[in-house]
Amino acid sequence: MSILSLFVLVPVLTIIGIMFTAGLKGTRIVAAVGMGVQLLLAACLMFYYLSVKGAGDLHEMILVSDYNWFPSLNIHYTVGVDGISASLIALTAVVIFAGIFASWGMEYLPREFFITLILLATGVFGFFISLDLFTLFLFYELAVIPMYLLIGIWGSGPKEMAAMKLTLMLMGGSALLLVGLLGLYFYSAPNGGPYTFNILELAKVHMPYEAQRFFFPLTFVGFGVLGALFPFHTWSPDGHASAPTAVSMLHAGVLMKLGAYGCFRVAMFLMPEAATEMAWIFIILTSISVVYGAFGALMQKDLKYINAYSSVSHVGLILFALLMMNQTAIDGAILQMISHGLMTALFFALIGMIYGRTHTRNIYEMGGLMKVIPFLGTMYMIAGFASLGLPGFSGFVAEMTIFFGAFQHQDLFHRVATILVASSIVVTAVYILRVIGIFLLGQIKHEEHLRLQDAKWHEKLSTITLMIGIIGIGIFPLWLSNTIMGSLQPIIDRLTVYLH
Amino acid sequence: MTDFSYTLLIPLIPLLVFIFTGLFGMKWKPIVSGLIGTVGLAISFMLSLLAGYQYFFASATESFHSIIPFNWLWLSLSDSLQIQMGVLLDPISVMMLVVVTTISFMTHIYSLGYMKGEKGFARFYAFLSLFTFSMLGLVMATNIFQMFIFYELVGACSFLLIGFYYQKPSAVAAAKKAFIVTRFADLGFLIGVLILSFYTGTFDFEKLTQPGSTIFTHVAGLSFMGISALSWAMGLIFAGAAGKSAMFPFHIWLPDAMEGPTPVSALIHAATMVVAGVFTVARLFPIYHFYTPDVLIFIGYVGGFTSLFAAIIAITQFDIKRVLAYSTLSQIGYMMVGLGVSGYGGEAGLGYMAAMFHLFTHAMFKGLLFLAAGAIIHAVHSNYMKDMGGLRKHLPITHITFLAASLAISGIPPFAGFFSKDEILAAAFHSNKLLFYTEYITAGITSFYIFRLYFNIFWGKNTQYKHKPREAPLNMTIPLIFLALASTFGGFIPFHNLIAPDMKPFATHTDLLIVLPSVFIGLLGIAGAWILYKKENDIPEKITVWMGGLYTVTYRKFYIDEIYMFVTKKIIFNRIARPVAWFDRHIVDGFMMGIGAVTVMVSRKIKGLQTGELQQYAFVYVAGVILFVLTFLYYLG
Repeated sequence: MSILSLFVLVPVLTIIGIMFTAGLKGTRIVAAVGMGVQLLLAACLMFYYLSVKGAGDLHEMILVSDYNWFPSLNIHYTVGVDGISASLIALTAVVIFAGIFASWGMEYLPREFFITLILLATGVFGFFISLDLFTLFLFYELAVIPMYLLIGIWGSGPKEMAAMKLTLMLMGGSALLLVGLLGLYFYSAPNGGPYTFNILELAKVHMPYEAQRFFFPLTFVGFGVLGALFPFHTWSPDGHASAPTAVSMLHAGVLMKLGAYGCFRVAMFLMPEAATEMAWIFIILTSISVVYGAFGALMQKDLKYINAYSSVSHVGLILFALLMMNQTAIDGAILQMISHGLMTALFFALIGMIYGRTHTRNIYEMGGLMKVIPFLGTMYMIAGFASLGLPGFSGFVAEMTIFFGAFQHQDLFHRVATILVASSIVVTAVYILRVIGIFLLGQIKHEEHLRLQDAKWHEKLSTITLMIGIIGIGIFPLWLSNTIMGSLQPIIDRLTVYLH
Repeated sequence: MTDFSYTLLIPLIPLLVFIFTGLFGMKWKPIVSGLIGTVGLAISFMLSLLAGYQYFFASATESFHSIIPFNWLWLSLSDSLQIQMGVLLDPISVMMLVVVTTISFMTHIYSLGYMKGEKGFARFYAFLSLFTFSMLGLVMATNIFQMFIFYELVGACSFLLIGFYYQKPSAVAAAKKAFIVTRFADLGFLIGVLILSFYTGTFDFEKLTQPGSTIFTHVAGLSFMGISALSWAMGLIFAGAAGKSAMFPFHIWLPDAMEGPTPVSALIHAATMVVAGVFTVARLFPIYHFYTPDVLIFIGYVGGFTSLFAAIIAITQFDIKRVLAYSTLSQIGYMMVGLGVSGYGGEAGLGYMAAMFHLFTHAMFKGLLFLAAGAIIHAVHSNYMKDMGGLRKHLPITHITFLAASLAISGIPPFAGFFSKDEILAAAFHSNKLLFYTEYITAGITSFYIFRLYFNIFWGKNTQYKHKPREAPLNMTIPLIFLALASTFGGFIPFHNLIAPDMKPFATHTDLLIVLPSVFIGLLGIAGAWILYKKENDIPEKITVWMGGLYTVTYRKFYIDEIYMFVTKKIIFNRIARPVAWFDRHIVDGFMMGIGAVTVMVSRKIKGLQTGELQQYAFVYVAGVILFVLTFLYYLG
């Protein structure tokens, strides 16, 4: 039993705890305690990782443990973390913790809601600790399926339709992904011996280029669907618009990063030659994602649609940076995963809170809310500034690292793409200020909005938790960036060996 | 060597003040936030003066050196590209420290009176402190990336302060406009920094601005579209600078920014943030001069054009703050001209020195003009000249101080503006005649529009006021008096002993051939304004009618705003964003939904295949696998 398995065990125990609790109050307390413990664990893991690395540990993965649970096919339950997965685990813990408090007032079937929500988180945690592709895939599916229930049952608007669309598109991605993973498996033993799903083992094996060329796009697109890769992003606006607050938070905040993480750790890391060879196609697609998402957000009226398109743009930037295949850009990509995770979770939390008060998400039906709900208004404004990449917030650090990394390529194609993508920061500023100008500033449009209550304690707790992360990284980015850089080093070294 | 590590406190104090008033300001009485802010700035101001004294005067040397008392690694992008946050002291940054803290301190005192009783008083002071911190961080930047960071931050502060009256739609619109225009320009800055840092492998000003350094050897010979890579980089960086300094065609945000409270206009949109662009060009001056002289002279032309263009518009405006806003554009244009025509080393560096000198004197007299305008607006509750007239009797202190500033901007000796403007003209005269004549004419227009303002406000018709205008309280007049003294005597500060592009000061001499005509044209402008506006008469009206369309075009600011609106609203919003949204919902999503629909249809058709017979399933499954493997083998073939 490894320490890392606690990240799966604690949520499972929480779920069991909730099953034996009745009523909203008990349920949410159990959920909050469980996820509080999880957050603490994640913090300990991060500190442990930093101290181990500080002490000069040279292993690529730490806390590795292995259990062969399907010997005939050599499928293992292998766990281990490096700086990248540890920081993403920390992100997930923060977002789910904030998510629990954002759904504090959930009245409809609260027990079932919290169980499903935490089940989703379990999948995410399991995904990030897995080093075995099969278990990784298993956890991946575990994270995707509860989404269907969460949107279909607790959603709003045309929720069944949205749930169906989202699940089908993600499942379609999974199908491609499965083929890709099986390809990796069957090419894992070129010199005989048992096949393996272990990522670290697979990385040592050199897959023939022809096979890479076949399986890389499948794997990349398979994960890319979850990362809202153009043109497979259309689940995102509908899905987010219908999903309940905590689900949007978790989905945009963490689940989309699963896709990006998978693209990096599985598709690109295990099939580097095809990744280099085919990068141009995906660079074009992700550049489109970035710019197109930003323009898509420009004219929307629904707060959730705006942030859904904004997520398409920002997550597109993550994939774009990954494809640049150098240390700085990938470092930026991972910073962007964390940064966007926190920011978008904050956005969706705030949108949920505002919607709970005004019962509309149409920006034109609101106005001057800053005056009546100053706490939420200020938070939204700060989140907006963070999202448009203002220094002092995490988004700036991530974006700049990406741009400088991407610009290391000397050829015109990469440079033009970089400049194009960088120009999205202006469009981002336009759509964010537009929204803020319409619904937070100006005159109050409805009489009843004058009587709105500002944030309650749990809402403050939820948003402040996320905000601390955003500002903390924004002001002191060096430790996180260095942690990620350190973990990237072995990967980059291996890539250079293959590529030259 | 003097220990300068205390200079770190100069920006840190406003930051701490911001954090405290931002977090707890709501809970205190408003005045507490105001006092904390003012006291904090007083300390920063004292420390800046101390730094200025120690740096410039404590040790009598031939030349100055850059000192970096503090540098903290903020982020490391790669082994060579390291981003530091630090404090760089050299003649121009020390001078800017003094300018920024002086104006900021005066604004803090002034606002105690001006903003009294406003809702959001604490918020106002919090933002002022944040802005002061950002601006100080900008001028003290040790590297170009730090400068970029603070570029963005001052832009955001500007947004927050212009939009201070956030319930007023015009204020919100102006704030958005300012932010987006400068952001667009900052994108240029960013790309410029990307190119520059890629080829030189550093962000540090120390390495970049070392004359004769070898870091530019990689760039030489690289070009894109016929312009060298370095020119692109420096040109794009100038685009960012032009955005902040509101040079044509990025000038459109500044006049609208007057929607903010008047102290904000004085601090940000007259004296500090808008000169950030000038400061940037000065900071990178050695690169411009040695490696991209084409860009440098381009900067000069942009500055020259803007100064004339804005001065012409200023004649026709009626909102007193807008007149001052256009005047600011025009004066910043002067500074750009000064830099554009400057050389490096010895007397050739006159333009550079003059630009910095003018930056200093302009901060004083333009800050004063805005604060005085605030006092006037405070007294008559209107921004428009038509609601004013004969105010000299009611507002004696404001009147005298405004007059001092007007004389200063018109370049009448011995007021401060005379010395600095004259040196810019002298520098232009020796290197570029076209720019010299442009600036010479502009000088005449300047004194005309500023005295048009002055006579209209303080003389002219004797307006009957509903409420008798009263002189502002002491906390507003003290800053006016202080700045009036600076505007009157500031010209005697021996700038040529302090500032030079190569940090080796040189002696200047006064050239009567330039001084006399420039004073003459200044007086001419004043005389024109005297005739037209001192007493109420109908000549201006007649001229307006006589000018006809020309007047209208000028009054409408040459329709630049309309062009921008056309591009953003008609093209970007309606021709790009709307179609993208539609395309996404109907084409891309439609396609995905179509796949779904086809699947459903097909599944209905093949429902009959589900017979429940195991053999048949197995057969289909095996057949499918074989087909897949065959396809795969063929593909690999």
